[in-house]
Amino acid sequence: MSYLEQNLKTVPTGLSKILYVNWALVILLTAVASVGFIMLYSNAGGSFSPWAEPQMKRFGVGLALMLMIAMVPIWFWRNVAGIGYLLSLILLLVVEFFGDVGMGAQRWIDLGFMRLQPSELMKVTLVMLLAGYYDWLDIKKVSRPLWVAIPVLLILVPTALVLKQPDLGTSLLLVFGGAIIMFAAGVSWWYFGAVAAMGAALVTSVFSSRGTPWQLLKDYQYRRIDTFLDPSSDPLGAGYHITQSKIALGSGGWTGRGFMQGTQSRLNFLPEKHTDFIFTTLAEEFGFLGGFSLLMLYAGVIVFCLISAMNNKDRFGALVTIGIAATFFLFFAVNMSMVMGLAPVVGVPLPMVSYGGSAMLVLMAAFGIVQSAHVHRPRSKS
Amino acid sequence: MRRSPADTAESARKISRRALFLGGTQLAFMGVLGLRMRFMQVEQADEFRLLADENRLKVRLLPPARGLLYDRNGVILAENEQTFRIVIRKEDAADLDIVLEKLEKLIGLTPDEQERVRKTVKSRDTGPSVPVTIADRLTWEAFSTVAANGPALPGVSPEVGLTRFYPYRDDFVHTVGYVRPVTRDKLDQMEVVDPIYRIPDFQIGLTGVETKLEDLLKGRAGTLRVEQNVHGRTIRELDRQEGVAGSNIQLTFDQKVQNFVQARLDGESASAVIMDVRTGDVIAAGSTPAFDPNKFVRGISGADYKALLENIYRPLPSKSVQGAYPPGSTFKMVTALAALEAGVVTPDETVRCTGHVEVGGRRFHCWKRAGHGNVNLIGSLRHSCDVYYYELAQRAGIEKIADMGRKLGLGDDYGLPLPGMSTGLMPDKQWKREKRGADWVIGDSLNAAIGQGFVLTTPMQLAVMTSRLATGRAITPRLVKTIDGVEQPIQDAGPLDINENMLRAVRTGMYEVLNSSRGTAYRSRIVEDGMQMAGKTGTSQTRNVVVNNNNVPWEERDHALFVAFAPYDDPKYAVSVVVEHGGGGSTAAAPIARDLMLFALHGAVPPLASYPQSQRGTIKNRLEALPLRPDDEDASTRSNA
Repeated sequence: MSYLEQNLKTVPTGLSKILYVNWALVILLTAVASVGFIMLYSNAGGSFSPWAEPQMKRFGVGLALMLMIAMVPIWFWRNVAGIGYLLSLILLLVVEFFGDVGMGAQRWIDLGFMRLQPSELMKVTLVMLLAGYYDWLDIKKVSRPLWVAIPVLLILVPTALVLKQPDLGTSLLLVFGGAIIMFAAGVSWWYFGAVAAMGAALVTSVFSSRGTPWQLLKDYQYRRIDTFLDPSSDPLGAGYHITQSKIALGSGGWTGRGFMQGTQSRLNFLPEKHTDFIFTTLAEEFGFLGGFSLLMLYAGVIVFCLISAMNNKDRFGALVTIGIAATFFLFFAVNMSMVMGLAPVVGVPLPMVSYGGSAMLVLMAAFGIVQSAHVHRPRSKS
Repeated sequence: MRRSPADTAESARKISRRALFLGGTQLAFMGVLGLRMRFMQVEQADEFRLLADENRLKVRLLPPARGLLYDRNGVILAENEQTFRIVIRKEDAADLDIVLEKLEKLIGLTPDEQERVRKTVKSRDTGPSVPVTIADRLTWEAFSTVAANGPALPGVSPEVGLTRFYPYRDDFVHTVGYVRPVTRDKLDQMEVVDPIYRIPDFQIGLTGVETKLEDLLKGRAGTLRVEQNVHGRTIRELDRQEGVAGSNIQLTFDQKVQNFVQARLDGESASAVIMDVRTGDVIAAGSTPAFDPNKFVRGISGADYKALLENIYRPLPSKSVQGAYPPGSTFKMVTALAALEAGVVTPDETVRCTGHVEVGGRRFHCWKRAGHGNVNLIGSLRHSCDVYYYELAQRAGIEKIADMGRKLGLGDDYGLPLPGMSTGLMPDKQWKREKRGADWVIGDSLNAAIGQGFVLTTPMQLAVMTSRLATGRAITPRLVKTIDGVEQPIQDAGPLDINENMLRAVRTGMYEVLNSSRGTAYRSRIVEDGMQMAGKTGTSQTRNVVVNNNNVPWEERDHALFVAFAPYDDPKYAVSVVVEHGGGGSTAAAPIARDLMLFALHGAVPPLASYPQSQRGTIKNRLEALPLRPDDEDASTRSNA
């Protein structure tokens, strides 16, 4: 059922909309962000500068942005999804272009008050576009090859650009985020099964070809894989980060070493402790209880989004909510897998917790759209 | 676009189903993450905690303070001084070149020094956590500059160390010895290496008591656990277990006497030993020329070391225990007692000296070509008649003489804690057969009887011999008085089992050497009441042809020897003096022995009243000219040390 077919009179209007915002989600997000503030404070050796304070300010801005976006009817966001996607694509090209003419491997555009990474923006606009696409597409055509090929293309074009930056982590997030929306929209299992099978075949052939004349990867690429599979094989080189991360995490124990007492982070054995490896600091200082609590907060965010989506009769609203939740999930799942040594180090931050401006704002904006979908969801004519 | 309500409802249901599936998958994955987290943080926590501790905790060995050495009166002979140095550890140094460059700017580290550090750090022998000294003996300013710039110098740590200092410089170099930073070679020679020696620049005794009592002096290393950050900078000390300082050892030396000995021997290639005949305590053991051991501690320059090696007066060995000389006539008491104890001669029996004697077709000369006429025991000692002893040697035989020599302490090193002690040589028939592959001939006995030929003694042995003659007891020398305040046992000196009358006769002869106007050392007598000295001169040949000593090169002149004890009536000290190539014992060695004896007896520069009236003028000048160390020099010269 498309939005236009709903009884609009049941949708709240004016300032009363604020009452319909999913406040539980807001509280969860604030809690997650607060974990970030605490860890940034700790990582700075007990100081609000240089990380905790700007992060808190950004979160305030993000919160306002989220609520503002939530107030705007969801159909507006559906209508601008295509424009947003095109804009993101253009910005990606701009970054690519300027990168070529000598601005280095710049991934961001300076907006004055913040640096915007077009790839961050793309994560959300791609989700919106795909949600809009399936909102528009006749349900019966969803699994037809041509109509499957179109979203695949929409996913692969920005992915290729991001991969070229190079940003493996974000491009993986784009592919998986897009795939999840396609899956949620009802694309046949067979496609996913086929892709999974092909992927498995590829991995198998990559490994089995090693050492043969027709091996698929260069030797150094194999060595990187080795390092991922066994970081201790190269403890001072590429495996160093992951080894130190695992040590920090593991040494936390049940209850952790205590606030600001993590030796691995305080003595700088941990790399990137305020960005990609911030979860390690949490796990080191607050132990399993701390780390698991954050995981529960994340789970809460996902659950609230999915409940909202399932209760949403509007296809766009439901799909965009699922897609954003999935993107959010991919963020922290990849990041946590990475610091626990379950995935290679690909440079994905911990959402809402890692220090970083554009990722935080883009995510808050995305949750604004989730809120908008929630506020403006069609209600039954009762 | 219109859609059928059925379609939309079906679509919504599908989305819900798939959302549910996705949610389930996501939660399942989160479950995996949670389990993984639990596995790492609960099951493997101890293991990871250990690894984290390995990362941050470093154990350093703390060098203990080396035991101090004192003289018998508590005057400090070897002490520990604070020094400032900076070291670098390979495992903690990020970029050595940058660090060295910075140090060049900060403290003016020269390119040569930088190269040395670079080489040492890169050497395979240097373990990652072994500190390499960059610069030692820094000024406080340079040291604090480095300390203040710590964060910019990863791996570099400023350290306060202790180093040995010998306040009395040359005086004790041959006995106390000195230490040096332990070297790779030294470590390789050790069978079991005490980890303490891995401490950079840890000082190890190289000579003298310092090396012989190393195990007592070195102490036990302490440990320091520190927390370090990833750059190797120490964040804090966790716990410190101080090492145990080495034992403080009091030696039997008397610093003042030793200083006087060194001053008195100065200018000669000589050595002397003063012993307390009652206890065997070695009061002084001098050897000249000497040198400043502090130079070695700090790292002696090649030129200085070469000069020491090439000096013909041989400053390096400790002549009083390492120098073995033919004792010459100082050995005659041994021959006399051997014959007396064997009953082949009586003290009053005379032997006719015609200036020479023919034995085995060889002519053996007395030092006095004209001969001494009829001499008895006392006369033979007083005049140092050689022919008398040639006769005694033939009567007693070498075995008896050698036995008596050993009884009087010759051929022994007494287990003194000094390295390279010579045992001298107390030859007998068996020795000659084994070592020389020849039979003992009568001529050998004759030569041995007057302390020539194969007989070799050290000044220490001569002092022991004199102590035993003076007391009739088996006095053994003692060097260590107390260890950590615990008095070391004085060996029970039992009687020598020599007829007291015979001993008395020999002592009388020795008394006459100095106190009879016809004695060979009459000029070196002590006239002070109750201080009279008894002794024996010795002039040992270093070549066979006797000519006037004044006309031959120094290294071909005779050694001058003198042994003495005093006071004659109640012996307190025994003295032995050897002046290498000094000429006659009576002229070169006896006056020295008298000065040393008088200083030991008085504990200070002796009064002129102790000397014969006629000599007081020259002696006054000589004593005043001695380069004695003022009492307070220790304090006044420390700062520019």
